[in-house]
Amino acid sequence: MTGQRFKQISLDGLLRNNPTFRLVLGTCPTLALSTAAFNGIGMGLAVTFILICSNVLISLLRKAIPDAVRIPAFVIIIATFVTIVRMVLDKFIPSLYESMGVYLPLIVVNCIILGRAESFASKNKVLDSALDGLFTGLGFTCALTLLGMIREVLGSGSLFGLQLWDFKIGFFSSSAGAFFVYGMSIALFNHIYAKVENKIRSKNFAVRIMPSPDLADPQNTLAEDAEAIAARTQSGADAVEAKERGSADAKSNGGED
Amino acid sequence: MGTFFTIIVMAVLVNNFVVVQFLGICPFLGVSKKTSSALGMGVAVTLVMTITCLITYPLYEYILVPLGLEYLEIIVFIFVIAALVQMIERAIRKFSPPLYRAMGIYLPLITTNCAVLGVAELVIDKAQMMSLLGVTSMNVGYAVLYGLLAGVGFTASIVIMSGLREKIDRLKLPKALKGFPITMLAACFMAMGFYVFNMIG
Repeated sequence: MTGQRFKQISLDGLLRNNPTFRLVLGTCPTLALSTAAFNGIGMGLAVTFILICSNVLISLLRKAIPDAVRIPAFVIIIATFVTIVRMVLDKFIPSLYESMGVYLPLIVVNCIILGRAESFASKNKVLDSALDGLFTGLGFTCALTLLGMIREVLGSGSLFGLQLWDFKIGFFSSSAGAFFVYGMSIALFNHIYAKVENKIRSKNFAVRIMPSPDLADPQNTLAEDAEAIAARTQSGADAVEAKERGSADAKSNGGED
Repeated sequence: MGTFFTIIVMAVLVNNFVVVQFLGICPFLGVSKKTSSALGMGVAVTLVMTITCLITYPLYEYILVPLGLEYLEIIVFIFVIAALVQMIERAIRKFSPPLYRAMGIYLPLITTNCAVLGVAELVIDKAQMMSLLGVTSMNVGYAVLYGLLAGVGFTASIVIMSGLREKIDRLKLPKALKGFPITMLAACFMAMGFYVFNMIG
């Protein structure tokens, strides 16, 4: 696998096709389990594990599964892994098992997993599929943890179960708060994403005129990229020079505060 | 009669399937652009949920539990739902072509709808179900009733949402808020509305 491919898969999973903010898939667990950061991490990691396993198995079996029955076959594979995760959690982390409740078996019908199986694992090699599962899952985990942190800090004044202060806004732990925080986060993410993409596009235009340096080590380029994106995001959020986007920016920023 | 009314209020409004329990959010956001399609989806989901409860509850209670096979519930339930949806689709196509034209396209989507698997998983959790409905014992009748009422709650919220979205589409909005974000905000206010029923409960 080339570095270019690795970079593409990882960035797709984490940012470009982020399941929570870009594709808006798997919304039920996102809304229900973002009440606390720890629940978000637990759900995210459970989904990541199932996603990697099902992607690998489906990719291995992609030539053996007939096209006509592929969806039932995928669902059975996913259901098997969900059952395994459920038994393990029930035995070893009962508190998380309790808080996940009905949403744990519902991972079977989570559109992210079936979506990756259908659109990626059934067409790609095993290693690529495993990586795709890993990064899509991590994208989901990061998003869920972020939402969980926002809601936990504002709604119960704590972070990862540690009490920070007594100030709390009950709205953020209610179901209405879930919709509000999620909606505002999508708006903010899309806004920043559009800005970053515009910047990259204009930079690529400049690069095309000059010869571009070779991309050597995938790990390095990935880290560089992440840094560069973080830096750009920062400047993009600070500088509100775009005229028509100005109002949108103010609104979404205001909502986050 | 008092209990019956309480059950209806508890299942449809206080514990609304979509905005309070967050089940079936995908169709709630995806199929709520027009009122007619929202209603079609709602009726189809209600039908499938009711029949699912009728089959999965006895299956779990009288077959899986005595045999000690509770851990197979996810796989069994998803099988039952997939087969059921197929059968309902065939039956409707055969007996009522107009009805099939109205809601046939929504039926295949229902297999992977978390509302249906969710209701099947919820009704077998007896303790939670009894406190939710406010009854002292659990049986097939209550399970089916809950399936029906949860479906009604789903239909109500998806139809209200579609009405809101038809209005929202005509608004001038900032680019970042278009699509999902503004729909989520509308859902936020809907959830606040439903939260009021908590006071009654």
